[in-house]
Amino acid sequence: MSLLPLDLIGSILIGWGGLGLLGLVVPARWGRCLLFPLITGLSALMAGAGLWALQGGAQTLVLPMGLPGMPFHLRLDVLSAFFLTLLGLAGSGISAYATGYFRHMAETRAGDFQRLILLYALFLASMGTVLVADDAYFFMVAWEGMALSSYFLVTTDHEIPAIRDAGFLYLLMAHLGAIALLLCFGLLQSGAGGDYAFATLRHHSLTGFWSSMTFLLALIGFGAKAGLLPLHSWLPEAHPAAPSPVSALMSGIMLKMALYGLLRVLFDLLGQPLWWWGALLVGLGSLTALFGVLFAAVQSDIKRLLAWSSVENMGLILSGLGLTLLFHGAGQETVAALALAAVLYHALNHAFFKGLLFLGAGSVLHATAERNMAKLGGLIRVMPWVAGLSLIGILSLAGLPPFNGFISEWLLLQAYLLRPDLPQPWLNMVLPLGAAVLALVGALAGFAMVKFYGIIFLGQTRGLVLGEVHDIGLWERFGMGWMALGCVLLGLFPSSVILQLDTVTHVLVGQGLGASAARHGWLWVTPVAASRASYSPLILFAVIVVSVGLTFLGVRRFFHGRWRRAPAWDCGYPFQTARMQDSADGFGQPIKQIFESFFGLSREIPSPFDPHPHYHSEVRDPLWGLCYLPLVRGVDRLVKMVGVLQQGRISIYLLFSFTTLLALLALVTGTLP
Amino acid sequence: MSHWNPAPFAQQLLDLFASLLLLIAFAMLSQRRILTLIHLFAWQGLILTLSIADSAWLTHQPHLYYSAVLTLIIKVLILPLLLHRLIRRLDVVWDVETLINIPTTMLVGIGLVVFSFNLALPISHFSSTILRNTLGIALASVLLSFMMMITRRKAVPQVIGFLALENGLFLAATSATYGMPMVVELGVALDVLVGMFIFGIFFFQIRETFDSLDIRHMEKLKEE
Repeated sequence: MSLLPLDLIGSILIGWGGLGLLGLVVPARWGRCLLFPLITGLSALMAGAGLWALQGGAQTLVLPMGLPGMPFHLRLDVLSAFFLTLLGLAGSGISAYATGYFRHMAETRAGDFQRLILLYALFLASMGTVLVADDAYFFMVAWEGMALSSYFLVTTDHEIPAIRDAGFLYLLMAHLGAIALLLCFGLLQSGAGGDYAFATLRHHSLTGFWSSMTFLLALIGFGAKAGLLPLHSWLPEAHPAAPSPVSALMSGIMLKMALYGLLRVLFDLLGQPLWWWGALLVGLGSLTALFGVLFAAVQSDIKRLLAWSSVENMGLILSGLGLTLLFHGAGQETVAALALAAVLYHALNHAFFKGLLFLGAGSVLHATAERNMAKLGGLIRVMPWVAGLSLIGILSLAGLPPFNGFISEWLLLQAYLLRPDLPQPWLNMVLPLGAAVLALVGALAGFAMVKFYGIIFLGQTRGLVLGEVHDIGLWERFGMGWMALGCVLLGLFPSSVILQLDTVTHVLVGQGLGASAARHGWLWVTPVAASRASYSPLILFAVIVVSVGLTFLGVRRFFHGRWRRAPAWDCGYPFQTARMQDSADGFGQPIKQIFESFFGLSREIPSPFDPHPHYHSEVRDPLWGLCYLPLVRGVDRLVKMVGVLQQGRISIYLLFSFTTLLALLALVTGTLP
Repeated sequence: MSHWNPAPFAQQLLDLFASLLLLIAFAMLSQRRILTLIHLFAWQGLILTLSIADSAWLTHQPHLYYSAVLTLIIKVLILPLLLHRLIRRLDVVWDVETLINIPTTMLVGIGLVVFSFNLALPISHFSSTILRNTLGIALASVLLSFMMMITRRKAVPQVIGFLALENGLFLAATSATYGMPMVVELGVALDVLVGMFIFGIFFFQIRETFDSLDIRHMEKLKEE
């Protein structure tokens, strides 16, 4: 009997669970030095297994577990394989980093750390299980396992009330999403007969109203996890609350599980899409992206900035998914494949650069115990490793070539601009607007990243004693280096990546991009035709390196020795302090002014005669007041009405059940012949 | 008549027992003294026992004899004895105050009996058992016991009401389906016993906390 990818993947999942359980037993120091590297190794193995499975066909397995008559089904196809690869690749970098990151916690809070190992391993294992589950029941079990383990990871520092609140909000949204998913699977199965296995659902197609309802429920359920617009509120709260490697896992990998779920339901289980589904997704996704990036640009908390940027990136991904759905519904499979490839590529890229940045933010946070940008600055001098590796991350996130963020956004832009003839003429006219939003989002993301990097790493420190700040250790360097290497390689060899993505797009929309994209050799990427657009990152990279090198050499050669040191013109100020630098708030000020209508802005501007001026400004999410608070008030009112029933007298309570009994009996009598 | 057919007589006897049960239910509803209430409860248990034994004889269902013996032991002997000891230990032999006055309670009770007979009528048509006439009475005694729990202010009469309700349910089960499976009956009997013990413990706890068994004191436990 030969080993198959699914067996390997199943063993890895069990291995993760086993290592987690082991973490409860062995001492914390051993857990950190031994178990986390083992988890890392298993993640790397998972990446390999995923890549292996990406080459083959579907493979199924029925486990002898589960409810009576409802065994657990496993299935590995190329879609699962792609996301398993993502999980393994990003997971191994993050776990390696975590080995070093949790050193302090393992020494001071051994008990908490032992629980953390278990939850961390379970989190990874449940995400992997979500990807291979092949019936609705098992899927929901894994999905909830993922939500619960991440909830407990988010509330690792549960002594802090703000973190408990963030955790509660996260749990609430996760449950709302899970209810929507439960109903969605119920609708998918309705009338199919038999069990809830995906194989049954696949052959059973819904039509008309119920099909649209299923789509909407899936959108709510997975959208709540992905941070789609009105359901995004947990994301900027929960990500900063979690320990940084966990934030990296959640943002880099867990959000992609929502994408996987949407792809699975929309392209695999549900039948032919209606045209407005795609349009809705494109609209909501673009809005989410714009909203997220605007809020990212005005944050001054480093992790909150990254969390809002995750909202933005998920928005881009989902808008691309909407585009895929739109083209797929209209039968334009080539363009659909292009958009889908862009979506998958961006998902992979986001896992790498956002993971990298969260790890970088974690290092800063760990070294300085400060997450407010207003207090940071000048860290490049004491944390050169973090600064250097984060630079790769921010360049990728800002979408600059030759790094990986550029290539996927560029592909998405191509998909927008290609504009085949859709049956709805007005959509043809509106879609370029999406491209404009994409461009705006890209520019604002660049702005946010300049702010992130400039304020934290450049300039002078704003109140920290830099001498006490240390750079990261070996494990952290390895973890961040792994993620940065991923950003670079994914950016430099796009045609190889697209060839791998081809197997997925072939299965989902029946078309591939590889044939045309790699037509001009592995050096060039031409998504549609050479006459339209082509891109060669390696040549671009070489040009950048050569021109920078030549300039450097030229300056050294011709100007060396001819400069002199003199005091700079001080603008009339005899002295300068670090507080005169541009601050995080100050840098975001233009955005705050221009997009004021987007923000719930409250500002206190001191009077000009105040001897101790104090400037305070707060940016609130307006959707919180528009969507959530009315809901909370409504529920509150309803609960108060129920509270009237609570009289405290047993006789009254007995009377309630008595009258209910009588009413029901009377009802039964009425139905009898 | 060459040989005497016992069926019509047993049938008449069964109806007699059922109506006695209903009568006792009414008596309990109107009774203000706790000691008498316990005696009435014991009588009701005895009537129930006889009624079950009678049905067993009538329908040749041997397992009904077991449940008759079970009822006799638990409901006629053990529970009244326990209740007796309980009220002596708690020293609560006072008269029972009711929330609604007795005549009104009785009038409502009559309404309940009419309702349950009306309810049982269509069901009796379906039922193939010989005991179908008693279903209405069983339902009525369930509702009357429930009513008693509602109208009493002290904890002990409420518990007696609960136990009497269980009697009515037993009768309903016997009359509709020739009794429940033995396992279920044993389970229910055990439940009643355990419930009785728990109630007893609660009584002491309640009295310790509030210095009284009047459940009005528990009204302030609700959330403001």
